[in-house]
Amino acid sequence: MASTFHLTIITPERTFFEGDVSFSEFTTEEGRVGIYPGHEALTLMLAPGVLLIRSGNEDRKAAMHKGFAEILPDRVTVLAQIAEWPEEIDRNRAEEDRIKAERALQEDGSSAKDEIRLRRAIARIEASKG
Amino acid sequence: MASMRDIKRRRESIQSTEQITKAMMLVATVKLQKARQKAEASRPYTNALYRTVGEILRRTDETAHKYLKHPGEGKKAVILITGNRGLAGGYNMNAVRMVLDGPFDRENTVIYTIGRKGQEMLRARGYECRDDWSEVVNAPLYKDAISITQTVLDRFEASEISEIWLVYTEFKNTVVHVPKCQRMIPVAPEDEHVAAAMEEEREDVLPMNYEPNDEEVLNRLIPQYMASVLYGALLQAVASENGARMTAMDNATDNAEEMIEKLGLQYNRARQGSITQELTEIIAGRNAVT
Repeated sequence: MASTFHLTIITPERTFFEGDVSFSEFTTEEGRVGIYPGHEALTLMLAPGVLLIRSGNEDRKAAMHKGFAEILPDRVTVLAQIAEWPEEIDRNRAEEDRIKAERALQEDGSSAKDEIRLRRAIARIEASKG
Repeated sequence: MASMRDIKRRRESIQSTEQITKAMMLVATVKLQKARQKAEASRPYTNALYRTVGEILRRTDETAHKYLKHPGEGKKAVILITGNRGLAGGYNMNAVRMVLDGPFDRENTVIYTIGRKGQEMLRARGYECRDDWSEVVNAPLYKDAISITQTVLDRFEASEISEIWLVYTEFKNTVVHVPKCQRMIPVAPEDEHVAAAMEEEREDVLPMNYEPNDEEVLNRLIPQYMASVLYGALLQAVASENGARMTAMDNATDNAEEMIEKLGLQYNRARQGSITQELTEIIAGRNAVT
């Protein structure tokens, strides 16, 4: 069996990543899922969280918000609405967002939107930790 | 023959029109470049989306899903993307004509317009036009596409409408723009993009698994698919609009130039005529005196 699979990550604005990788980890609605080559056909819904890409011995992290992944044995296509490399993330802004969202959640009129905002901020912070 | 003064006045008026059309052309050219870059940058995403969704649907036998099953009787919704402004050749009218010539009768169709021109034209023809997102055309954002999709899908969930169609102008290149009419909901395998994806690689059809489960995944996937299709359509429509305006204004400038040249000739001829006439009169007068 091949030791790599072809990973393509595309957002509406750009092709975020394309290349052969040996392992990848996604954050889904159900928790974190790791994908090795030769995985059976699967469609996953992604939740805001950290994406891990391993090619060779190198690990790369990225923040990803909402999207879905189509997994086939030899290739994986991720269509994300937003994806960011750690160097593109403004850490301070993410911290600020996290605090704002947490505060909003403690008030009574909090909504699902605040929840999502909090999860996005945490995803950004996690990814930028490197 | 028109007098010299009339011709001169007319020529000046055409000259100022030419200045306007020329300026409009330059503005459209700049805007087109920006819009085209954006449209081209989003194309890999849109193509991958069509392919992926096509592939997912091909591996699915979930035909009873609410977004996939064949519609019952009910109103049709049309999302129509046009420009806010005219003077873009046939751009707005061609898109509107897709609605008029399409399978939409006045009583059973609700129009959601993005762009004021389409709304005005369809209102005048007695169609029911609801929400209006004209602002979006100025600078389409992915966020807009999501909120529009959400609004229309809410109506679908409330069973007010049974089908959702999208009419927009596809941007092929600077001069070729093709108006398109496609059904978004129910997601149709007859949709050419999805169908093309389904044609490919028929042999290795592995059954698709879903996490958490197929209904849940389709519930989330289809709205995202719609929003992305809409976003791609918006970018293409904006590029088409500016392309159409650029071509139209380029033609207008050419025509103005041609007219100015013609009037210049006429003016010179009239001037020469009046000089000749004056000379003839002077000579005739002198002959009469002597």
